[in-house]
Amino acid sequence: MKWDEFFVTGDPFIYAADASIVFTSIGIVFVLTYYKKWKWLWSEWLTTVDHKKIGIMYIIAAVLMLFRGGVDALLMRAQITAPGSEILKSQHYNEIFTTHGTIMIIFMAMPFLIGLINFAVPLQIGARDVAYPYLNAVSFWTFFFGAMLFNISFVIGGSPSAGWTSYVPLAGEELSPGPGQNYYLLGLQIAGIGTLLTGINFLVTILKMRAPGMSIIRMPMFTWSTLITMILIIFAFPVLTVALALMTFDRLFGSHFLTLADGGLPMLWLNLFWIWGHPEVYIVILPAFGIFSEIISTFARKTLFGYKAMVWSMVSIAGLSFIVWVHHFFTMGANAVVNSFFSITTMAIAIPTGVKIFNWLFTLYKGRIKITSAMLWSLAFIPNFTIGGVTGVMLAMAAADYQYHNTYFLVSHFHYVLISGTVFACFAGLYFWYPKMFGHRLNERIGKWSFWLFMIGFNVCFFPMYFLGLDGMPRRIYTYEWADGWFDLNVVATIGAIGMAIGFVLLIYNIYWSFRYAERETTGDPWDGRTLEWSTHTPVPFYNFAIIPEVSGLDAYSRMKRDPAQEKKKEYKPIHMPNYSGKPIFMSVAFFISGFGLVFEWWWMAILGLIGVLAMLLLRSFDYDDGYYVPVDEVERIEKSYE
Amino acid sequence: MNILKKQSKFILGLISLIIITFISGCNDLAVLDPKGPVALQQKDLIMLSIGFMLFIVLVVFVLFTFMIVRYRERPENADYEPPQDEGSKVLELIWTAIPVLIVIALAVPTVKTIYALEEPPKAPSHKNPVVVHATSVDWKWIFTYPEENIETVNYLNIPEDRPILFKLTSADSMAALWIPQLGGQEYNMAGMETELYLQADEPGTYNGRNANFTGEGFAKQKFTVTAQTEEDYEQWVEEAQSARKLTQEKYNELMKKEIYTDELTFSSTHLEWVDHAKQADYAVKVRKGIDPEKDKQEENDSHHGSHH
Repeated sequence: MKWDEFFVTGDPFIYAADASIVFTSIGIVFVLTYYKKWKWLWSEWLTTVDHKKIGIMYIIAAVLMLFRGGVDALLMRAQITAPGSEILKSQHYNEIFTTHGTIMIIFMAMPFLIGLINFAVPLQIGARDVAYPYLNAVSFWTFFFGAMLFNISFVIGGSPSAGWTSYVPLAGEELSPGPGQNYYLLGLQIAGIGTLLTGINFLVTILKMRAPGMSIIRMPMFTWSTLITMILIIFAFPVLTVALALMTFDRLFGSHFLTLADGGLPMLWLNLFWIWGHPEVYIVILPAFGIFSEIISTFARKTLFGYKAMVWSMVSIAGLSFIVWVHHFFTMGANAVVNSFFSITTMAIAIPTGVKIFNWLFTLYKGRIKITSAMLWSLAFIPNFTIGGVTGVMLAMAAADYQYHNTYFLVSHFHYVLISGTVFACFAGLYFWYPKMFGHRLNERIGKWSFWLFMIGFNVCFFPMYFLGLDGMPRRIYTYEWADGWFDLNVVATIGAIGMAIGFVLLIYNIYWSFRYAERETTGDPWDGRTLEWSTHTPVPFYNFAIIPEVSGLDAYSRMKRDPAQEKKKEYKPIHMPNYSGKPIFMSVAFFISGFGLVFEWWWMAILGLIGVLAMLLLRSFDYDDGYYVPVDEVERIEKSYE
Repeated sequence: MNILKKQSKFILGLISLIIITFISGCNDLAVLDPKGPVALQQKDLIMLSIGFMLFIVLVVFVLFTFMIVRYRERPENADYEPPQDEGSKVLELIWTAIPVLIVIALAVPTVKTIYALEEPPKAPSHKNPVVVHATSVDWKWIFTYPEENIETVNYLNIPEDRPILFKLTSADSMAALWIPQLGGQEYNMAGMETELYLQADEPGTYNGRNANFTGEGFAKQKFTVTAQTEEDYEQWVEEAQSARKLTQEKYNELMKKEIYTDELTFSSTHLEWVDHAKQADYAVKVRKGIDPEKDKQEENDSHHGSHH
């Protein structure tokens, strides 16, 4: 391989990216060295097993990925606004929509939610950490290095360009040779390890580590949504693992599972991909439902309306999510029985979802609604998600779907549900738990500007796309002609995208502004919260709770506040905590090296990386580390420092 | 309460204004401007679903507006302590039952239409369908009329008022044949054959294209459909039958992975030497310079299916 094949060349955008990567790296190294922060970074963050810090690192990584995916989106809008424009070449446009989709789903939406889950769920159930803190670090670092492997593709070797769905035969070796598609396979495979581990970790944490008195029907709704999501992860992700492995074997070792030649079955990929892919969209929407439930209940100052119905509706959505996958390819020509069955199962999802929408609305009923930034995002979710939901029902009607499939109608639908569902929830959750994470709130004024710009921009961007779809504009075309008549609505959409971008920039500015100037929190309970995370100090001590709280019902902390007599005398005991470890990050670096080797089919490097992974596993197996105890006098000292 | 009324009136007015603006433009949209019975059935189904969906959106928006306007925190209600009601079985039953009814109301016509589209459209004259093999190649369209023994590239001529039975396949990546004004799309897959009925009710020119992403030349993989009167169509067939013959050499040139937008006509078809529904790797082999006839698998039929 020549050097100019190794580095992507010939495009000014790429050179600009090269330069920005180099300068940013130099900048980071300089700042860390200048302020002597290397040791701090290593011992406080890179080796941490603390769920709160891991959660924060997930969120930082996800915000970076949101930026990257957002830049991709803006480039696409720039290219597609006017017919026949040549800002991007076809191949470059294809790479960008592929990375946009993959990054937003796998490396932005999921990590953002998993970050919020990591931070809030152990606190909500009154636990001191997750069940397997070490595994939690492995989860984060495999996700992080999987994401990095995927991201470097645009400057080294070239990005995948077969769409985030990577349909074969297009994504196969026969039609897409070269390293691009390998990046997709290995980046997702490595990050997938982390996701599966998270699934197991939080399932056990929620089942086994709840505070005394918190029976399963007293869990906060966000914890419930997390529990169900983790079950979805455990059942869905192995399917992706297998699908990715099949395509990897085809591409790297010449097998014929999915190829055109020698009797491969390309349709197998579509089925496997969506058997994972449909539960995946619920993996990124159920935690969002949980976040909205917490926030709406808190700021309406009412307990959640129809708690049990909320739980049951999530359980049925999760169950249905495994029997709807064919609706992603109604147009494959399956017979009428098959398409009818999957039409009806898909439409049936609207029933539990509808129940949830009305339960949220009636949580507001007779409440006293305080409109904060977190609440704005949550309220805006209801009408926007309804639009996304009803168009989903339209898409579910197979006979009509033949006309919507592969068009901007579909693009609009899934952006309506994923943005007003998942992205609004990520922002809402960030505003909501921010004071708990960092000891100060985000500014409300900037927050509201950011919200209105983003929310209106979102509608201006995506609403016209329904009509572009009905006018016959297919998704993923890099250009069109004046005669197609799609120019006007595309201009509108691009204006909306700019609004969203400004909204995002304001959010980032808000983080900076609030870090500098916002008033510091003195209480641990800025919103008059209802669940246990608000009952501990801010900033949260590393052991979360000096004394594990006892739960007497739903909205545990509200009850405590109403009935302070319940609070017991403070009698501290030694607290058992896990030790930090550098092995997870080393192991994930080894995965990265191995993955990089496989991408370029440099076998020596792949084997070297795998040896590194095995070495870390081996070292860990001989690691008799049972953690340590925080003595009572230190707990006393720390607790006193909050008074 | 005055503020409440004013605000909700304003918001409702705004919503209806937006809806009216968009709906008034709908007749210009390709999918909602059908020119054949298939697209018409689909349009009817779409309009029916839009009706139901607007009703749902309206209910949610009205309730939502009422809740946030009526129960918003104000200085006047600062002392108000909301009741901690945990739910209502009756209400929850109502909003479970209504969506169930709506789903049933939509499922019935959906299933009916799915079944109806499997059959040739009932043309006024009940004529036999014209069979056209539509083969997608990166990045061009090849149309084969086996009964007329003609083959065209990147254009399609069809008679009006007569069902067309498309037999879809692909030489390489998965594509989707889509002529929005005549009806919905269906996938073209190598090693597979799918069937799709379409029909044009009136003479005219319609846009057809590949709707499923196939890589670099995807945006340019389009074709024109001309629906003609019976006589014009017959005349065109006759002319086409006197065009030059398609040689395998010429055909193999078309197998090249490149954007190709010229329109061609031949008086013989590629089905003489290859059916991509039965030999999925023909184009791949031609591109690699391997003789596709060599080790053509005899047992091929055992592992590819054809379904419709």
